[in-house]
Amino acid sequence: MSIKKISKIQPESFEFSKDNLQEVENEIKKYPKNRKASAVLALLCLVQRQHDNWIPLAAIKYVAKLLDIPYIQVYEVSTFYSMFNLSPVGKYFVQVCTTTPCMIRGANKIVGVCKKYIAKNQNELSENKICSWIEVECLGACVNAPMMQINQDYFEDLDENKTEEIIQKLLEDKLPTPGSAKNRKNTAPEKGKTTLLQVKNA
Amino acid sequence: MLKDEDRIFKNLYNDLGWDINSAITRGDWMQTKDLISKGKDWIIKEIKDSELRGRGGAGFPTGLKLSFAPKEVGSRPHYLVINADESEPGTCKDRDILRFEPQKLIEGCLITSYAINAHICYIYIRGEYIREGQRLQEAIKQAYEKNLLGKNACGSGWDLDVYLHYGAGAYICGEETALLESLEGKKGLPRLKPPFPAHVGLYGCPTIVNNVETIAVVPTILKKGAKWFASLGKPKNTGTKIFCISGNVNNPCNVEEEMGIPLKDLIEKHAGGVVGGWENLQAVIPGGSSMPLLPKNICETITMDFDSLIKVKSGLGTAGIIVINKDQDIIKCMARIAKFYKHESCGQCTPCREGCGWMWRMLERMAEGEATYKEIDLLYDVTKQIEGHTICAFGEGAAWPVQGLLRHFRKEIEKRSHEEPLIKKKSNIPYLIDQHLLEKDSA
Repeated sequence: MSIKKISKIQPESFEFSKDNLQEVENEIKKYPKNRKASAVLALLCLVQRQHDNWIPLAAIKYVAKLLDIPYIQVYEVSTFYSMFNLSPVGKYFVQVCTTTPCMIRGANKIVGVCKKYIAKNQNELSENKICSWIEVECLGACVNAPMMQINQDYFEDLDENKTEEIIQKLLEDKLPTPGSAKNRKNTAPEKGKTTLLQVKNA
Repeated sequence: MLKDEDRIFKNLYNDLGWDINSAITRGDWMQTKDLISKGKDWIIKEIKDSELRGRGGAGFPTGLKLSFAPKEVGSRPHYLVINADESEPGTCKDRDILRFEPQKLIEGCLITSYAINAHICYIYIRGEYIREGQRLQEAIKQAYEKNLLGKNACGSGWDLDVYLHYGAGAYICGEETALLESLEGKKGLPRLKPPFPAHVGLYGCPTIVNNVETIAVVPTILKKGAKWFASLGKPKNTGTKIFCISGNVNNPCNVEEEMGIPLKDLIEKHAGGVVGGWENLQAVIPGGSSMPLLPKNICETITMDFDSLIKVKSGLGTAGIIVINKDQDIIKCMARIAKFYKHESCGQCTPCREGCGWMWRMLERMAEGEATYKEIDLLYDVTKQIEGHTICAFGEGAAWPVQGLLRHFRKEIEKRSHEEPLIKKKSNIPYLIDQHLLEKDSA
């Protein structure tokens, strides 16, 4: 589960970078003029991206001001949705899917590898403080199970060895190439397609 | 087996390229202007005649849903909302459409928006699909550059803007009214119905919410004709559908097939068979985790369409097929699904908020063999008290898989259970403390 406990260590202030302020404007423009509140999810995501994958209280206040909505509304949104972390997590945030389709294809082994190399417990930083892991609910790539998400990318068709390689790279502060670990083409059957054998762009 | 030329999603595996130029050579955006010039009534009638049913899980007739939108635009604008919040365990079909066939979806958005008088369309995509969202945004940009969206979209005289809205990891936002709440920037708590979104939806305006796959097949239906679509599959269960086959099969895959295809064919022909052979099959969840599982004897003959599956007390749902073989502990598998629902319950209705936790904890005990015989009936009673007593269908979705387990695998649970309640051993614990709080990992 994601951490909904508010961190005791909080930065004093938070402000968007210049690029992100432009992004904020684009987000707000999507909605009718008097419905700025709709952009709250997008803004909180931006906060996370700018602020090492977690949302400090100062940012919640800042977003509330920016959108002219009550502080509590932003606060309740940030505690409701499971993608928002309210305490620090690693710069590389590993999310392992352990819901049934992944579980029956061996997600628990992937969790074992994370425990061994990153940290014993979920949401605990690795020794070099750059990586943490967490078990999450279905990430919607069941056909490529078992899988995990690292920051923005999906790593699919994993096994213990491949996961180990990926995590070793992370611990060296490098982002490995995402996608299928078996070099499989997207969601096609691994041992050759059974449909769409002769399609061409007409 | 369905012929390749009858398949709608020709680029399901990205063999042909997702960009707009490849999509146009595949036939997207062809005759779109002509289709729109035939008028709103023709479009809706054609969809009704094709007997297309919603692909998001409930299987509601799409033509009927579109006809619920008010005919004339009053003081409030109309909205089209696309539900791309695909979070049902076992389902990953929309992801492929968003990544590899985005133009089909965007074209469908234009046609459907025109049919329901909407000038703005929001696509609500789940927050985890960051790369898929970027791809879709790129596709939308390409469509704008070719004047297929925006003012006078595709030369049809209709103005349409399409916007992408990211969710943030809440399964419940796949429920249409929760999705609208989330789109308004609130917690995703489902609304009471009526009023239905078709009259009071996003920002209180008439709104039609549809699944990605439903909208993405609309252009092809109109181009090839309702008769073609209705000729595939079975009566009232027409057309093609993307099936996601995951779990203990040799080649898990997504595949587009005709509705009403036998389950055994799907598993044997497309997914390379069950791991350990067909005889090693224990159970199949046919439609995403919310649908009750089917034991092997039903799997032999069952066909995959809405009505046949309802007859065996299950459902097609999102057509996410999870195959479980005899190497797996079936009770543990269902306990994990119960944990999923416990995690994802929005907490608005008491039966669901509390009951999901109860079901999970009881199933965990049953898997460990720590439950008593009495608890089996108690568990069934809990599922019955959740089902039908909640605002949205999440309650049913959580209760049905457990009911399915009890219906087909009761003997398995009984084998592991004891007569003696284990709680006696903890008699030194004061009565007022919730027993479950003492168990490890429970929250």
